[in-house]
Amino acid sequence: MTLYETLSAALRTQRPVAFATVTDGIGLGAKLLVEADGTTQGSLGNVDLDRVVVRDALGELAAGRSSARHYGAHGEARERDVTVFIESFAPPPRMIIFGAVDFTAALARSAKLLGFRVTVCDARAVFATAQRFPMADEVANEWPDKHLERVGSLLGPRDAVCVLTHDAKFDVPAITSAVKTSVGYLGAMGSRKTHDKRTERLRDAGLTDAELARVMSPIGLDLGARTPEEVAVSVCAEIIALRTGRVPRPLRDTDGPIHEPVSGR
Amino acid sequence: MREILDDIDRWRAAGQRVAVARVVQTEGSSPREPGAAMAVSETGEVAGSVSGGCVEGAVVGAALDVLSGERTRGVITFGYSDDEAFAVGLTCGGTIHLYLEVLDW
Repeated sequence: MTLYETLSAALRTQRPVAFATVTDGIGLGAKLLVEADGTTQGSLGNVDLDRVVVRDALGELAAGRSSARHYGAHGEARERDVTVFIESFAPPPRMIIFGAVDFTAALARSAKLLGFRVTVCDARAVFATAQRFPMADEVANEWPDKHLERVGSLLGPRDAVCVLTHDAKFDVPAITSAVKTSVGYLGAMGSRKTHDKRTERLRDAGLTDAELARVMSPIGLDLGARTPEEVAVSVCAEIIALRTGRVPRPLRDTDGPIHEPVSGR
Repeated sequence: MREILDDIDRWRAAGQRVAVARVVQTEGSSPREPGAAMAVSETGEVAGSVSGGCVEGAVVGAALDVLSGERTRGVITFGYSDDEAFAVGLTCGGTIHLYLEVLDW
C-alpha cells in the first residue's frame, strides 16, 4: 500500500493516525505515517529523526493537535535543520445526549454540524428509537449510569455529555457518573428551580463542590433561546466557548484577535 | 483532508495528477487551522479550502505550477505584509504557511 492508500483508509474508517511531512530542510517532502500503537510506514530519512518524530506524533495525536516542529538532522531538539509538519487525524469528538425529549433531535442535529459523533441514550424504550433520531449515530436504550459504565472511559476533553431529561430519576445517575469521567463538557437542562433541587440531590448523592462546578446547569448560554433549535444553538455555543476559554460576548464589544493564534514550535 | 479524499480519488482514477496544499502553520488571526487542506487537479478542479476564500485563487495557480514542474514543492506564505510573489493577503490580517506538493506518495 502507498502512504496515501494507508492514510485515506485510516481517515475513512476513523482510525487515529498521525502523518509527518518534512516541509523544509533536509529530506524535503519525506513522510512518516504513525499509527496510534506506534507502528509506522515511511521514513523522514534518518532513523534517529524518525524515532523522535514518532514520539512527538503520538503526543500530538493524543491531544488531537497538528503543528510544525523543528529538529536537527538527527532529531535534536533546539535545532532547525528540518521542519516537520505533524498532522493528527483523531477520531471525531463524541456527544452523549441523555434523554430522548423534544430538545434532543435539534441538539443532535446541531452537534452533527459541529462534527460530533452523537449518541442518544434514554432508558425508556418507547422514546429511544432510531426512527425518532435518524440523525444520531447511535441510539442506546439504557440507563445513563449503565451506559457511562460502558463508554465513560472513552470520553476526553473534546467530548460532551448533555443531560436533557430534567427528571431527577435519570439526571442524578447521569451526572454522578459523568463527573467521574474526563469529559470536557457536561451540561444539564432544567429551570432554575429544577437546577436548585437537582444540585441538592447531587450533593446528597455525594458530589463534591469541584464536581458540581463542572456541571453547566442550567445548560446553555443566555441567548433568550426558546425553541428546541434555538436552545441547541445556545448549548453548542456554550460547548465552543468552554473549549476555547472565551467569555461569550459580541465581537463588536471586545478587542483582540478573533481567531486564537495557533502557533507552531 | 478527509473531506477531499473522494475528489482526489476520482481525479486519480481518471488518470489526472493532483497537487495538495496543507496549512502547516498560522500566525495571528487566521480562519483555518493547521491541517486544513485543498487539492487541485491537473485540469484546475478544486476540492477543499485553506482560508476563508482569501487565497484559494492564488493557491490554484501555484498548484498548477507545481504540477507542470514550473515550481518545486515547498512552503508558500500568505500574509498581511507578504512580500512573496503573490500580492494576496488574508482579509483577517493573519499569516498562513501552506505546504504545497504533488501527491506522488
